[in-house]
Amino acid sequence: MSEVNILPLHVKNLHITKKGNALLNDVTLSIESNEVTVILGPNGAGKSLLLRSAHGLETPSKGSLQWNTHNPQPQHSWRAYIFQKPVLLRRSVRANLEYVLSLHNINKANYASLINSALEHTGLSQLADRSARVLSGGEQQRLNIARAWVLQPKVILLDEPTAELDPNGTAAIERLIKTIAQQGTKIIMSTHDLGQAHRLANDIVFLHQGRLVEHTPANSFFEQPQSKMAQDFIAGKLLNGD
Amino acid sequence: MTLLVLALNDFSHAFSKAFQLIFQLDPALLEIIGLSLRVSLTAVLIASLIGLPLGAALALYKFHGRGLIVALLNAFMGLPPVVVGLVVYLILSRSGPLGVLGLLFTPTAMIIAQVCLITPIIAALTRQTILDANVEYHEQLRALGAKASRMMKTLLWETRFSLMTGVFAGFGRAIAEVGAVLIVGGNINHATRVMTTAIALETRKGDIELALALGIILITISLIVTSLVMSAKHAAYQYHS
Repeated sequence: MSEVNILPLHVKNLHITKKGNALLNDVTLSIESNEVTVILGPNGAGKSLLLRSAHGLETPSKGSLQWNTHNPQPQHSWRAYIFQKPVLLRRSVRANLEYVLSLHNINKANYASLINSALEHTGLSQLADRSARVLSGGEQQRLNIARAWVLQPKVILLDEPTAELDPNGTAAIERLIKTIAQQGTKIIMSTHDLGQAHRLANDIVFLHQGRLVEHTPANSFFEQPQSKMAQDFIAGKLLNGD
Repeated sequence: MTLLVLALNDFSHAFSKAFQLIFQLDPALLEIIGLSLRVSLTAVLIASLIGLPLGAALALYKFHGRGLIVALLNAFMGLPPVVVGLVVYLILSRSGPLGVLGLLFTPTAMIIAQVCLITPIIAALTRQTILDANVEYHEQLRALGAKASRMMKTLLWETRFSLMTGVFAGFGRAIAEVGAVLIVGGNINHATRVMTTAIALETRKGDIELALALGIILITISLIVTSLVMSAKHAAYQYHS
């Protein structure tokens, strides 16, 4: 793992506007290096956009988003991004991991140990030589996470990683996320699943209609939400951006 | 009535002679088949080396004049072989720009003509395939940290089965065309005679046996190519699902 500490992530007055619609509106927050930060909110709140911006997949219309890196040419491999639906390469599980390593200037001598460790942690060792595209949904998402983890990044960003999975698959991914966080990789993930947020989060970033409603430690968010909207969301009243 | 019987006799006689030529591995026949395969396989190899990266680049890179190239490519997919032959002839003929090379009426000239004929096919099909795949892969590869050139290589490999259908289609067109190779090759015995030009010539001379034998071989090759295309499509489908 690199020695650069890239947290906190400072988001300042972030706006993202598309076709005249303000999809993220003046979001300011700092994400610290505690274990798991969950971006919570109903559909259309702007969760994915915030995550995507953090990985450079969106360009801010206004404002800024700054990782704490003084490295003039930040290494891409200190953070990894996980899509809701993985696009795996048409090759074996192991070759999928090799591919990611090959994109990042990593010494070939270390490939085997990095890959084996990622396979082991994600429970995919038995499937290493299987074609990635024939895996089940849950296995595919585990490989997706292995693909991020193999780089031993400082931060992993996950966009609704369990949205397409059944309860078993979801439980496996949640366990995995916890393990990764405990081993020192910062997790920033989005979900609209209140239970999942409750199970995983150290702090909650609650978004609604593109605005930051509150950013509080998970305990106080669930016990005493500060905003009316968060209260409504927890009570199950706030759905689909209404 | 007698005429018809005679004609049928001739015909079945010609057929049996044709099969004889094939099963006796007639040297003249083998020479022609060999040259055909050499010319068209070389052409398909060169056309793939140009067409695959060209098609992928047209799908992935934005640059000035891209639209024009794509339009030309699509228009050139259906080029009449005789026209290609004529143009290559003019370029390679003694007074043409590449006349000094002395390539006219050589297998090399035939390869050049076939490359011109099928590169657009391979490039256009590649472009479409890569364009479709990019919709699925682009964000993921970008998020993984792939640079543009690497992305192109990855997409070409990921769509290899679909791309093979384009390559086989190109080969099918090359091996079966007569217009271009006849004009730039000249159908010279032991030098530039290939299956299609031989069929054209032998039929006119009345040597139906050799023409038929070649026709049977050509159809067989076409069938093989078609089944290769189908199995490539099948593999692509399986891989895509």
